[in-house]
Amino acid sequence: MGAFRAIVLRDLRVAFRRWSEVANPFVFFAVVVALFPLSLSPSAPELRSIGVGVVWIAALLSSLLALDGLFRNDAEDGSLEQLLLSPVPFGVTVLAKIAAHWLVSVLPLVLLVPLSALSFRLPASGLPTLAFALLLATPSLSVLLALGAALTVSLKRGGAIIGLLILPLAAPLLIFGTRATDFALHGEPVAGPLYLLAAMAAAAVSLGPPAVAAALKVGLE
Amino acid sequence: MKLPRWFHQLGSPPYVYRLAERLSPWLGWSGCLLIAVGALWGLFGAPPDFRQGEVYRIIYIHPQTSYVGMMAYVVMAVAGAVGFIWRIKLAHAVAVSAAPIGASFVLCSLITGAIWGRPTWGTYWEWGDPRIMSQTLLLFLFLGYLALRASFEDRDKADRVSAILAVVGVVNIPIIHYSVEWWNSLHQGPSITRLDEPAIHASMLVPFLIMVAGFTFFFYWLLLNRLQGEIVERERDARWVQELVSGGRP
Repeated sequence: MGAFRAIVLRDLRVAFRRWSEVANPFVFFAVVVALFPLSLSPSAPELRSIGVGVVWIAALLSSLLALDGLFRNDAEDGSLEQLLLSPVPFGVTVLAKIAAHWLVSVLPLVLLVPLSALSFRLPASGLPTLAFALLLATPSLSVLLALGAALTVSLKRGGAIIGLLILPLAAPLLIFGTRATDFALHGEPVAGPLYLLAAMAAAAVSLGPPAVAAALKVGLE
Repeated sequence: MKLPRWFHQLGSPPYVYRLAERLSPWLGWSGCLLIAVGALWGLFGAPPDFRQGEVYRIIYIHPQTSYVGMMAYVVMAVAGAVGFIWRIKLAHAVAVSAAPIGASFVLCSLITGAIWGRPTWGTYWEWGDPRIMSQTLLLFLFLGYLALRASFEDRDKADRVSAILAVVGVVNIPIIHYSVEWWNSLHQGPSITRLDEPAIHASMLVPFLIMVAGFTFFFYWLLLNRLQGEIVERERDARWVQELVSGGRP
C-alpha cells in the first residue's frame, strides 16, 4: 500500500511538471467538439440529437493522445525497469500507474464532458447521469488504454496502432455510456446500463493489471 | 503425472509438419465434398422458404462463414494463450496462421450478409444491426492483431505481445456481442443453437449442417496449409527444412 501511494504521488508530480503535455488532450477534446457544429448544421434540435454521441467519441479519441506519459517516458529513461526489479508486485505498480494516469488525464473529462454537452443544448437534467456514467466507464477505459500502451511500449512509434487495438474493445463502454445518458434525457430509469458499466469497471480493474503487467514484461525484455 | 508421447511430439516442428502433410488431403477433400453436396442439396434439394422464397438459400453460406470466423478467433486466442503460458513456439505458429483466415471469413460473412440484407431488409448495410456491428468489430480485432504483429521486428516478441491481445480480445468478445445485442435489433434470432427443437424443418436443416461441417473442415485444411508454411519459415535454419526445400524428404 505504501508503495502504491508512493508511485501514485511520484507520477502525479511528474505529470504536473509537464503540465502542457497533460493539457494537450483536453485542448484536442475541445477542438473536436467544436468541429461538429461547424460541419453539421448548428440548429438546436439537431445538436441535441447528436450531442451525447459527439462528446463521448471526442472523449474517447482525446484519451488516446495522453498515452505517452503512461509507460513510454518511464520505459525510455529506465525507471520502469527499476520498478519491475523492485520487490513490489508488478501488478500493484501497474495499477498505481494506471490510477495516477486516470487522476490526471481522464478524470478531468468527467467535468469537461458535461460542460460541453451543455453547449449542445442538452437539458441539464441529463448531466448528472452523463457525469456518473463517465465516472463508471473511465476506469475500464484507463485499463484498456494502459493495455494498448503496454503492448506497444517497445515500438518506436506506437501511436497510430493503439487506436486500432483499443477502440473496438472500447465499443461496449461507448454503447452503455451513451445509452445511460439517452435514457436519462428521456426520463427512463438509468440503473441498467450504469450497473453494466460498473460491472465492467470491476472486471477491468481486477483482471486488467496482470495482463498489462505481462505485456510490459515482454515489452521491456 | 506422465504425459503421453504424442503430447510431446506435438511440440516438435518436423513432426507437426509431417502430421499436417498427412492430414491435410483428408480434410481438404472431405471439406470440398461436403461443401459440394451441401451446396447442391441446399440450392436444388431443399424446399423454398415460406416467407423469404428462394433468397433464403444464402443460409447455406452466410451463417457458416460467420461461425468459422468466430471459431478462428477462438483458435487464435487459445493457441496464443498456450504459446504464451508454456512457451511453445508451435502454438504461436498456429495462432498466426489462424488470423488471416479468420479475418477473410469474417469479411465473407459481412459481404454475404450484405447480399442477403438487400432483398430481405431492403438495405445492404444497417448501422443499427447488432450482428453486423459485432462482426465488424471482430474484423477490426483481427486487423488490430495483424497490425500489431506486423509492427514488431522480433518474431518472438511479436508472438507473445499479440497473444496477450488475442486473449484480452476473447474476454471481450462476449461483452461486445451482448452489448450490441441489447442495443438494437433487426437480425433474426438464433434458429439452430436453441435448447429446444431447431426452428427450421429437417429438409432445410440437414444441408445446413452439412455445410457447417464442410466449412469447418475447409477451415482446418487452410489452417494446416498456412501452418506448414509458417513452420518452414520459422525453422528455415534447421537441417530438415533445408533438406525438404532442396528436394530430399526430411
